[in-house]
Amino acid sequence: MKEENARAYWAANLRLILTYLAIWFAVSYGCGILLVDELNQIQMFGFKLGFWFAQQGAIYVFLVLIIMYAHSMNKLDRKFDVHED
Amino acid sequence: MDIQTLTYLFVGGSFALYIGIAIWSRAGSTKDFYVAGGGVSPVANGAATAADWMSAASFISMAGIIAYAGYDASVYLMGWTGGYVLLAMLLAPYLRKFGKFTVPDFIGDRYYSNVARTVAVICVIFVSFTYVAGQMRGTGIVFARFLEVDVNVGVVIGMAIVFFYAVLGGMKGITYTQVAQYCVLIFAFLVPAVFLSIMMTGHVFPQTGFGATVLDAAGNDSGVYLLQKLDQVVTDLGFTQYTEGSKSTIDVFFIAAALMCGTAGLPHVIVRFFTVPRVKDARISAGWALFFIALLYTSAPAVGAFARLNLIDTVNETQYTELPDWFYNWENSGLIGWVDKNGDGAVQMRAGAPFAGKPNFAGSRDEAKGSQGERVVTNAPTDNASEVYIDRDIIVLANPEIGNLPAWVIALVAAGGVAAALSTAAGLLLVISSAISHDLLKKTIKPDITEKQELLAARGAAVVAICIAGYFGINPPGFVAQVVAFAFGLAAASFFPVILMGIFYKRMNKEGAIAGMLVGLTFTFCYIVYFKFVSPDLNTAEHWWLGVSPEGIGTLGMVLNFAVAFAVSRVTAPPPEHIQHIVEDIRIPRGAGEAHAH
Repeated sequence: MKEENARAYWAANLRLILTYLAIWFAVSYGCGILLVDELNQIQMFGFKLGFWFAQQGAIYVFLVLIIMYAHSMNKLDRKFDVHED
Repeated sequence: MDIQTLTYLFVGGSFALYIGIAIWSRAGSTKDFYVAGGGVSPVANGAATAADWMSAASFISMAGIIAYAGYDASVYLMGWTGGYVLLAMLLAPYLRKFGKFTVPDFIGDRYYSNVARTVAVICVIFVSFTYVAGQMRGTGIVFARFLEVDVNVGVVIGMAIVFFYAVLGGMKGITYTQVAQYCVLIFAFLVPAVFLSIMMTGHVFPQTGFGATVLDAAGNDSGVYLLQKLDQVVTDLGFTQYTEGSKSTIDVFFIAAALMCGTAGLPHVIVRFFTVPRVKDARISAGWALFFIALLYTSAPAVGAFARLNLIDTVNETQYTELPDWFYNWENSGLIGWVDKNGDGAVQMRAGAPFAGKPNFAGSRDEAKGSQGERVVTNAPTDNASEVYIDRDIIVLANPEIGNLPAWVIALVAAGGVAAALSTAAGLLLVISSAISHDLLKKTIKPDITEKQELLAARGAAVVAICIAGYFGINPPGFVAQVVAFAFGLAAASFFPVILMGIFYKRMNKEGAIAGMLVGLTFTFCYIVYFKFVSPDLNTAEHWWLGVSPEGIGTLGMVLNFAVAFAVSRVTAPPPEHIQHIVEDIRIPRGAGEAHAH
């Protein structure tokens, strides 16, 4: 039972990681590098969108991702009863 | 008060603060010395990590690099922040649960092998020394520019300060001084950035001013966006567009990946996450670290754009004799050089280098003066129309003067530059000393030494490391600037994959890990050495493998490491049962407790 619980917890963690890393990849490598020329056709305030992602947007998204991951994991720890103190 | 006195006051005051903290937080045990007792709050650890991470180069050079490279510099912005996402999700929480003191500790235990541990120790020392030499030099240069002392004297002063709090306080002393240093450096960076943003666009936040319309000379809205104007101005002068790149997409991709994975694999960053009390603290602490770093990293591109536009507005096509004072001052320091190629007495900024290399002068201004009163440059001029060399470091160092900011802001920038260099140097030196005293001495050579002896050895190793770093600071090997690529490439090709597989792939054994590390390391090392030292003239896109520059080759090294490790582990025996239990255990947060002693 204990082992099963640990396995389920780990699988849930891996799903979270893969989801968040997909976003991580999309905003930096996707919007900031691979699709930058296409996105640069779109103007957002004074920025070309691709340029904005590369020099500002990706960093903001990274920060949000870490906070969301930390938060989701705290919930997951409790759900599977593996949390500390 | 004049600038000089203010600078002494600010820098001296910040030193007194660091020393005070060092005395308050002396290390009493090896655990204090290696991981600050394991009780640092996630917010404090985040600030310390940010100071540890942001070096003199981040503080002084980055905005300048962006100002000159535009979009091309984005890889540094994304690469040096994206690694924290990897740290938070893939490494930090599990290493915290593992709960030892150093990165080689994890590698040695997880791969049940002192060979793996020793390979890791060698990598730690190599990566950290290449990095720290530049920091010591950086401290010296900041001193030289602001306090008018010799660069070498500056290096020695920096050594003495680091000596005091790193040797006395270990990780504990370093952590709390780094928190103070972060406050100093971020304040010093943001004050001029905010002033400049208000001056150029009327926006308080540089991040929004970056995308706003510029104000004209009378302070009215000109209706033209800053970046549009910048693109226009630089293309008129023959430069490539500011918001468009000139590097190939594949190279940018590989460089960004090498910087991200390298960041996540740098030992002095990883070890910071051993200092927080719980696994959940390690996760959110990475968030705090990125928050503190992002304050600087999202302002820097704005500062770069403001400064570039401002610089062109002020200097281009202006008569030399009518330039503002800062131009002459930085010319005196050798960071600006001008040759009047067309003889019109005005300064032309154009694409291309005005002459080969950094300016060499015929003598001081009094000894050798040109027709307009400029210092005479002896470098052979190039045949383009570009007339002026402006060192990119000036962007941050001279911003307060260029923006006519009060004298105390200039003094603040000096204190910030010193804080940035010292905090990174101290973090690196600690990693080196703990690799020697803990991993090499205690774990490999002489396991029976007492804790007291080990603490003494750690302090001794720190002393030796500081002296070596100081020596490299005073006699910088010519290749220091060339080897930054090393630190990230090697970390990405060695530590990152080995630690990752240690956590996420239970079947990975010592044969696979050692083979992977060696192949990744050797490949990356040889590629960089070949293009940087053996045949620097071949270091162009046509000769690179798959079009990947030495800066980005760490990514390929990493892929090789993964592939070789996987293949070798499949044909050799699986790791013993108790190792598989360790892996299961580090995946579960409960029971992290404190970083256990041994």
